[in-house]
Amino acid sequence: MLSINDLRASIEGKEILKGINLEVKPGEVHAIMGPNGSGKSTLASVLAGREEYEVTGGNVVFDGKDILEMAPEERAAEGIFLAFQYPVEIPGVTTINFLKTAVNEIRKYKGESPLDAAQFLKMVREKAKLVSMNDSLLKRALNEGFSGGEKKRNEVFQMAVLEPKLAILDETDSGLDIDALRIVAEGVNSLRSPERSTIVVTHYQRLLDYIVPDYVHVLYKGRIVKSGPKELALELEEKGYDWIKAEVEAVG
Amino acid sequence: MSNETIDLKTRLITDFHAREAVMNGEASSEFHQKKRAGLALFEQLGFPSIKHEEWKYSNVRDLISVSYDFNAESSIGLAELEDLKVPKQEANILYFVNGRYNEQLSAIISPVDQITISSLADAYKNDPAKVASFFNELTKDANDAFTALNTAFAQDGVFIHIPDNQSVEHPIILRFVSDAREKNVGSQPRNIISVGKNAHVKLAEAFRTLGDQRSFTNAVTEIQVAEEANVQYYKVQNESENAYHIGTTQVRMLDRSHFYAGTVTLNGKFTRNNLNIVLDGEHCDAHMYGLYFPDGTQHVDNHTVADHQKPNSESNELYKGILRDKSKGVFNGKIFVRPDAQKTNAFQSCKNIVLSPDATMNTKPQLEIFADDVKCSHGTTTGQIDEEALFYMRSRGISQSEAMSLLMFAFCADVVQQIKIDSVREYLENVITKKLASK
Repeated sequence: MLSINDLRASIEGKEILKGINLEVKPGEVHAIMGPNGSGKSTLASVLAGREEYEVTGGNVVFDGKDILEMAPEERAAEGIFLAFQYPVEIPGVTTINFLKTAVNEIRKYKGESPLDAAQFLKMVREKAKLVSMNDSLLKRALNEGFSGGEKKRNEVFQMAVLEPKLAILDETDSGLDIDALRIVAEGVNSLRSPERSTIVVTHYQRLLDYIVPDYVHVLYKGRIVKSGPKELALELEEKGYDWIKAEVEAVG
Repeated sequence: MSNETIDLKTRLITDFHAREAVMNGEASSEFHQKKRAGLALFEQLGFPSIKHEEWKYSNVRDLISVSYDFNAESSIGLAELEDLKVPKQEANILYFVNGRYNEQLSAIISPVDQITISSLADAYKNDPAKVASFFNELTKDANDAFTALNTAFAQDGVFIHIPDNQSVEHPIILRFVSDAREKNVGSQPRNIISVGKNAHVKLAEAFRTLGDQRSFTNAVTEIQVAEEANVQYYKVQNESENAYHIGTTQVRMLDRSHFYAGTVTLNGKFTRNNLNIVLDGEHCDAHMYGLYFPDGTQHVDNHTVADHQKPNSESNELYKGILRDKSKGVFNGKIFVRPDAQKTNAFQSCKNIVLSPDATMNTKPQLEIFADDVKCSHGTTTGQIDEEALFYMRSRGISQSEAMSLLMFAFCADVVQQIKIDSVREYLENVITKKLASK
């Protein structure tokens, strides 16, 4: 489903990703961990198409298509979803209107006719229930004045509505207390399916107690330096990142 | 010397004297004496150059470089006006063609005990002393060439009176149409609106152009707001690419009255709006909202004044603009707090999105505070579209152009929502959506 080959990317002339290789198959959950500044969020941003980053090498094939030449909205329409670390507040645009526009733009991309208001509302209500999203938030301006937990829940809700093939969660646990974390994770888990893949980008292991990964990768200095089963996350929690750094430096 | 080389100022002065010569006895009336004083002031001031502090960023050279027919007849009938109609508008509609009130085209639906509407000439015929006392009363101290010019040439606008304690159910829409299909036309409508004690009314002035020749509108509206009255006043400009517009709205508020102004400039080559509100009462509140969308080489200038003369009143102002291409915007907001106006609250904000490197926005807040126990604040921002918001929307599948439209519409929303005449607000939402989607 997703194949990242020797991906290199830089920002303002500084290389951040220095040759990433990763294979994600349908239904799999991959955790990307690593110390601060290792390039985790850059990887998430480059996959979603953030334009500040310049891709300097490699390719990313998603469902048989090279996505690096695609605009962010085309990637979204192809089925890639990025849950933001810092969801943006957009005054004056209600969540419901925003999502209706998104759903219908994606339908247009796929050559489908737009949903009418009634169909859309019905669908949205079901999804809101699925991820425990309060209906009253839908009519408010997008993320404006939302608490940290509400913002993250809104990300998961949007994911439920857009039904991506690949969801990338960028530090979804940051800024959440344990209760909010649990609710968000339950939302993500309720959306797991044999067709939907997930990449969980996180610094800490605690999110992985709730969203249990199939594989854990450690990103350091722009490369994946270690991969393993879910137990690797526990080892990192226990020992920190220093031993990985030491291993990498030893290899040189 | 050919006609074309005589400048507009000279031509206007000559024209005034020619009209005066055929006036018979009326020339000695109080009304005409006010006009003559207007001419004298105009003659003394002349058209402003950019050396004039109030016109520093707005150059009228282009505006005054050609001649206009200020007496142009027009064959406009209901058929031509059909295109300018606003859907679902249940309102008193007053038409002005080339500056003159046209009673035949107009439709007044409110009962006579709620409103009195008549042409300025008719009102003057019925009660000369009253009309003369209102005319140029609020603007008498304005040291402004265009206002003086309007006073001298004041065309037959309307006199609107809302009696005390009346709540006018249907809005009053003043629709000004310049018929520039055949030649350059000039118009100088003058309107007087008097709102009685504890009366409630919603008013809108709409400016449109027919045809592609040049139009020059120099409009003045004086609004008296009596104690406890509540007035909603909107000005909507959707004129042609060859429309030049200078307009002054002069307002005086008395104790415990409320005044809401919304000024929306959708289209026009050159626009200068002066909105001057004198809070001459205690416990008044004045609200000014503005919105402008210049593109191409359009120029939009909003000058506002909130003049606090008495204690315990509040003014609140929010102007927003989106500038494209090589357009220019100007905002100048003055707040005066006079020595007696203790406990004044005055707030002002002007926010702009500049979408092109060739567009410019000049903002100048100007606070002159002579009282010590006041709360005043002002702020201006000029920036680009929020890139992070744009990426967020695109990452959800919304195309760049659609995302831009949504963000810009959202930017305008807090001003548009202030328009309390439903049909006008819906019209604006429609036009704005189309305008934002057009590029």
